[in-house]
Amino acid sequence: MLSVTLENPAAGAPSGAVILNAGGTAEGDAVGVEPKISARGVNFYYGSKRALRDISLDFAPRMVTAIIGPSGCGKSTFIRLINRMNELVPGTRLEGEILLDGLDITGPACDAAELRKRVGMVFQKPNPFPKTIFENVAYGLEVGGLRDRLALEERVELSLRKAALWDEVKDRLRESALGLSGGQQQRLCIARCLAVEPEVILFDEPCASLDPISTAKIEELILELKRQYTIAIVTHNMQQAARVSDRTAFFLMGELIEVGPTGRIFKAPRDKRTEDYITGRFG
Amino acid sequence: MNTTKEKLIKLLFTAAAFSSLALLAGIIIVLFREALPVFNFVSPLAFLGGESWYPTAEPPEFGVYPLIMASAWVTAIALAICVPLGVGSALYLHELAGERQRAVLKPVIEVLASVPSIIYGFFGMTVMAPLMQEAFDLPIGLCALTAGVILGVMATPTVASIAEDALGYVPRSFREASFALGANRWETLVKVIVPAAGSGISTAVILGMSRAIGETMTVLMVAGGAAVVPSSVFDPVRPMTAAIAAEMGEAPVGGEHYHALFAIALALFLVTFVFNIAAEFISRRYRLKLGLAR
Amino acid sequence: MTKRDLFQKAGFAMLGLCMAANVVFLGAILWFIASRGLPAISWEFLTAAPRDAMTAGGIAPAILGTLYLTLGAVAVALPLGVACAVYLTEYSPKGWAVNLIRISVNNLAGVPSVVFGLFGLAVFVKGAGFGVSILSGSLTLGMLTLPLIISASQEALVAVPQSVREASLALGASRWETIRKVVLPAALPGILTGVILSVGRAAGETAPILFTAAAFYLKGYPDSIFSEVMALPYHIYALMTEGTHPEAQTRIAYGSSLVLLALVLAMSMLAIYIRQRQRRSYHA
Repeated sequence: MLSVTLENPAAGAPSGAVILNAGGTAEGDAVGVEPKISARGVNFYYGSKRALRDISLDFAPRMVTAIIGPSGCGKSTFIRLINRMNELVPGTRLEGEILLDGLDITGPACDAAELRKRVGMVFQKPNPFPKTIFENVAYGLEVGGLRDRLALEERVELSLRKAALWDEVKDRLRESALGLSGGQQQRLCIARCLAVEPEVILFDEPCASLDPISTAKIEELILELKRQYTIAIVTHNMQQAARVSDRTAFFLMGELIEVGPTGRIFKAPRDKRTEDYITGRFG
Repeated sequence: MNTTKEKLIKLLFTAAAFSSLALLAGIIIVLFREALPVFNFVSPLAFLGGESWYPTAEPPEFGVYPLIMASAWVTAIALAICVPLGVGSALYLHELAGERQRAVLKPVIEVLASVPSIIYGFFGMTVMAPLMQEAFDLPIGLCALTAGVILGVMATPTVASIAEDALGYVPRSFREASFALGANRWETLVKVIVPAAGSGISTAVILGMSRAIGETMTVLMVAGGAAVVPSSVFDPVRPMTAAIAAEMGEAPVGGEHYHALFAIALALFLVTFVFNIAAEFISRRYRLKLGLAR
Repeated sequence: MTKRDLFQKAGFAMLGLCMAANVVFLGAILWFIASRGLPAISWEFLTAAPRDAMTAGGIAPAILGTLYLTLGAVAVALPLGVACAVYLTEYSPKGWAVNLIRISVNNLAGVPSVVFGLFGLAVFVKGAGFGVSILSGSLTLGMLTLPLIISASQEALVAVPQSVREASLALGASRWETIRKVVLPAALPGILTGVILSVGRAAGETAPILFTAAAFYLKGYPDSIFSEVMALPYHIYALMTEGTHPEAQTRIAYGSSLVLLALVLAMSMLAIYIRQRQRRSYHA
C-alpha cells in the first residue's frame, strides 16, 4: 500500500485525536479525484448527549471505506447521517456539513427522499417487506414512478443478478420474501437497493446476523459492487474491514481517531488507541 | 417527493386524530348544555338529595337520590361477584393454566366479554329472575340482587383480562427470588406476585366498576324499575342508566324531564370519567414502577 | 402433607373454581339461548317480516336493520379510527398532543353506551335534524366503536417493525408512500380484527340506538338512510317489555336472541382466529 501522509482532509481537523502530518492530500484522494462524500466538522446530538464530535471524513468514489470501532462509538450514527435516516429519531440535532458531489445535503434545500434515491442503505438485520420477492425489488422503482410492467421486470431481474440472487429465486419471484434464508434476505435487500440505481451504498453492519457462508457471499458482492458504486461499510468485524475495504476509519466514543488505507491502518496504526483496538486490547 | 402533498396528508391525519378529542369534548359540552337547565326548576341539592323521582307527576318531582342509591347497590353487588371471580380467573390463567388450557380459556373470557348486554338482560329476565324468585321466595324475581349478579357476571371477563395483563408485567425475577427463599407457589403468588401487581389489579377493578355502573340494558330489564330508595337487596330498583333509557323516549325534548335525564347522564359520565382517569393514572404509575413503558 | 401444602391445594382449587365459573356462565347462556331459540328458527323466521301484532312471522327487517346500522357505524369509524391511529404511531410518536389524544381515546372507551345514545339524540337526531334514522344511529354507533378501532389499529401499527419503515424510506419513499404501501398492508390483519370486533360490538348495542334509530315495528323495509329501522337487540327488548302477547313473543325473542348471539359470537371468534393466525405468522 502506498502511503500518503495526511489523514484528515478537512480544514477544521478534530482535536488531538487525529494524526496529522504536514499538508498535502489525503490518502483517500491518492487517486486524485474529488471525494464523493465529504463530512466536515460534523457534531451530532441525541437530546443533550453529544454522539459525534467534530467528524471530518471523506469517501472516495468507487472505493470501499470501512468504519470500525467498538459498539456505541457512533459509527452507525455517522453513516445514517449520510442518507438522513437519523431525522426519524426525534430530538436530534446536527452541526456541520455533509457534501455529496460538493453540495450540502443536510439543509432543508435538499429533499430527503431524493437524497435517499441516490444514497442507498443496507441495514444490520435483513428487513425485507412482507411482500413477494418481486414486489420487494420493484418497490423503490414503483415509488419512483416506474409503472411499465416490462421495464419493471427487466430492472428487477438485473438487480437480482447484480446481487447474485437471481439463480436462487428466479422460479419463486411471486413468493413471500419472508420465506428466504437470512443470507438470501440480505442479498434481496441489496438487490432492492441496487434497483433504484443509487450512486452510494451504505452498509450498516450488513453481516451482523448472518452465518459465515452468507457473510462471504455478501463480501464478495461488495467487492464486485465497488466497481460501480461508492461504498461505506460499518462493521465491528475487523477481518471484514480488512478483506473488503480500501480505506478504514476508526471511531471511538464519537470521535474519529484515525483514517487511512486499510493495509496501513491494520499494519501500522499511528494512534495508540487504534492499535489497542486492532490488537484486541479493548472493544 | 412532493412536500406540499406530504404536508397536506399529515394535516388530514392530524385532524382525524383530534376528532377523538373533539368527540370527548363534544360529549362533555352537550351533556352540560342539556343538563344545566334543569337547575332552573330544581336546586342542585334537591336534585341530588331528593328522595322522590316523579318526573311525570303534576307538579313533577326530580329527586335522583333513589336512582343513585339503586346504581350504588347494584354496582356493589356486581363488584362483590366480579372482583373475586375476575381476579381469581386471572390468577388461574397466569399461574396454573398450561399452554393448552390457556388456548381455550382465554377465548372463553373474550367471548364472554363480547356477549351483548341485551342478551344478558334477556337471560336475566327469563332464567335468572324465576330462579331468584323461587330461591328466595320473592313476589317478583326482578330486583337489585338479580341485576347485581348479572352485572357481576358481565364485568368478570373485563376484570379478568385486565388483571391478567397486569400479572404478566410482574418480572420473572420476583418469583424466582421468592422460590429461592423457600416459598411455595401459593405463598409466592399471594405474598409476592399479587402485591407486585396490586395497582394493576386495582385498575382492573376500577374499570370493572365503571363498566357495571354504565351498563344499561341489563339493569333496565332485570332491576325491577321501582324508583324508590332500596332497603334490601330484594327490592326492585331503578338505577340511573335504566331511568334514562326507560324515560327518554317519553320525555318531550327541551322539557324539564328531558333536562333532568341529561343531568343524570352528566352525573353518570362524570363518575365513569373519574374512574377512567384514575385507572389510567394508576396503570401508568404501575408500569413505571416495574420499569416498563414510558 | 404439611399445612402449607394444604393451603396451597385449597388456594389453587379456589382459583380453579373462579375460572370454572366463567366457563359455566358462558355454557349456561349458550345452552339456554340455543335450546330455547332453536325451535323458533326456520327459513321463514329468518326471511319474513313479523305478522299478527308481532306474534308470528319472522325477523328479517330486524336482521337487515342491524346490518345497515352496523355497516354504517363501521363506515364512520373505520376511516376516522385508522387515520387517528396512523397519526399516533407514524407521525407523532411523542409529545403532549399524543398524550391528550390517547387519554381521550381511553376515556371514550369507558363512556357508558347510554350516554352515547343521549349524545346522538341531542346532536344527530335533534341538532343536525337527521331525525330518528339509520344515519343518526350509524353515526352514534360509529362514535361508540371509534375507540375500539383506534386501539386495535394502533396495536397493529406498532407491531410493524421499525426496520421495515426504515427500509422503505431509505429507498426514497416518502412518509405517506411508506405508510400506504408498506405499513398499512402489514398492519391490515390487525386492523381487520378491530373492525370485526367493532361489528360485533355495534351489532349488539341497544342503548345507543334506543332514541336515535330503532323502531319497534315498521311496515315494510327502510327506503333511505333517513328511515327508522328495526334492529335485533331492540327487537328483543321490545318483545320482552312492550308486547301484549307474552307467550308467543318470548318465543320470538329467544329466536332473535339466538340469531344475535350467533352473529356476535361468530364475529368475536373470527377475530380471535385471525389474531392467532397472525401471531403465528409473525414468528415464522
